Amino acid sequence: MDPVSSKRITVTVNGEVVEYDVEARRLLVHFLRDDLDLTGTHVGCDTGNCGACSVIYNGQLAKSCMLLAIQSDGATIETVESLATDGELNSLQQSFSDHHALQCGYCTPGMLMSATTLLRANPSPSEEEIRKAIQGNICRCTGYVNIVEAIKAVKQ
Amino acid sequence: MLLREVQYARPKTVEEAVGLLSAHDGARPLAGGQTLVNVMKARAASPDVLVDLHDLEELRGVRDLGNGSVEIGAMTTYSQLVSDQAAGARSILGEVAATIADVQVRNRGTVGGNVCSNDPTNHLPPLFVALDATFTIVGAGGAERTVPADEFFVGVYMTAAGPGELLTKITIPPGGQDGFAAVTIGRDGTGIVTVAASLNGGARIAIGCVDSVPVRARPMEERIGSDFSDDNVRAAAEGLGATLDPPGDVHASADYRRHLAAVLAARAVIAARDRR
Repeated sequence: MDPVSSKRITVTVNGEVVEYDVEARRLLVHFLRDDLDLTGTHVGCDTGNCGACSVIYNGQLAKSCMLLAIQSDGATIETVESLATDGELNSLQQSFSDHHALQCGYCTPGMLMSATTLLRANPSPSEEEIRKAIQGNICRCTGYVNIVEAIKAVKQ
Repeated sequence: MLLREVQYARPKTVEEAVGLLSAHDGARPLAGGQTLVNVMKARAASPDVLVDLHDLEELRGVRDLGNGSVEIGAMTTYSQLVSDQAAGARSILGEVAATIADVQVRNRGTVGGNVCSNDPTNHLPPLFVALDATFTIVGAGGAERTVPADEFFVGVYMTAAGPGELLTKITIPPGGQDGFAAVTIGRDGTGIVTVAASLNGGARIAIGCVDSVPVRARPMEERIGSDFSDDNVRAAAEGLGATLDPPGDVHASADYRRHLAAVLAARAVIAARDRR
């Protein structure tokens, strides 16, 4: 096996199978945003600290700025674009809107993906569990209170 | 961010991975990427070839060997340490792993990556030194060797696993009276000082964040002997700070780190003693 500097990868993104030639140095977040035009996933810090680029990767929450696109060959990826159906917000997104859980909205795609994985594993999380689950997502506007409220309200 | 150009390979076997690592100068194993991808962005490391260990299933997971002894595959993630039933045979592993960074990092970051990057603030190096772990390393041609924890950590970002070699597993000997105490930057943040202790007849105490590698608190271990009473443990911790030469930075002065080391070492030993 010889190392390669680019490769054709096959990934399932939001239920759609995509084949694409990617350079080995391309970050997954740039592949999603710039190649697939899925710009809902944001680049916040680009150092793995802020969580704005969080996606669900093979069923697990991951930061797409700390993955290479070439690693995702064969993977299944869900981005924030998978949440709404035909322009209709899902219950989590609606709850964020109802609770004013965003101001500038930059962190929101990552927050939504973190909350999505939390609620899949634990449909009725406690406040403590919610706060632990969104630990990897930084919000500089809200102070988190309304985000926690919004996630808590979805369980009802 | 655009990384420097790099080549990529995803081998199917350990043999193939070691072959790639030894065939190319500047080849680096890519495990979870939670450190390596970031240092590549900063150009602090610029590997020429990334050898992605993703497909090496044999390096994943934990085996319960009985009496608290476990074998941890190098590609085991922190999340697996938290949830894996076999890892539960040594509960300190999951407890410490649950305090590393955040959900996203715990899902991708690996035990092997944590120890091989040997950032002095990482959680697992002092823990594995206190637990008296053994590291299994495979080199060119499949030759396997084992290195004790006291010799595995060589310097900042340097371990006994050299170029062309691959850490495959970590073996923890029997035991279970383990404790961990830390002061971090924010909850579950980077360590300011971390201390791990394990009692097995005597005490093994290892301090993180105070030097390039975990520091054994040997004089304190000797003073404790096998008397784990509060009074004796606290008395034994006195003077520990003076034996250390920690760095001072924006988060803590060197003196404060010396103070923390003594306080946390006593806490870690007492937590280990009180574990049921």
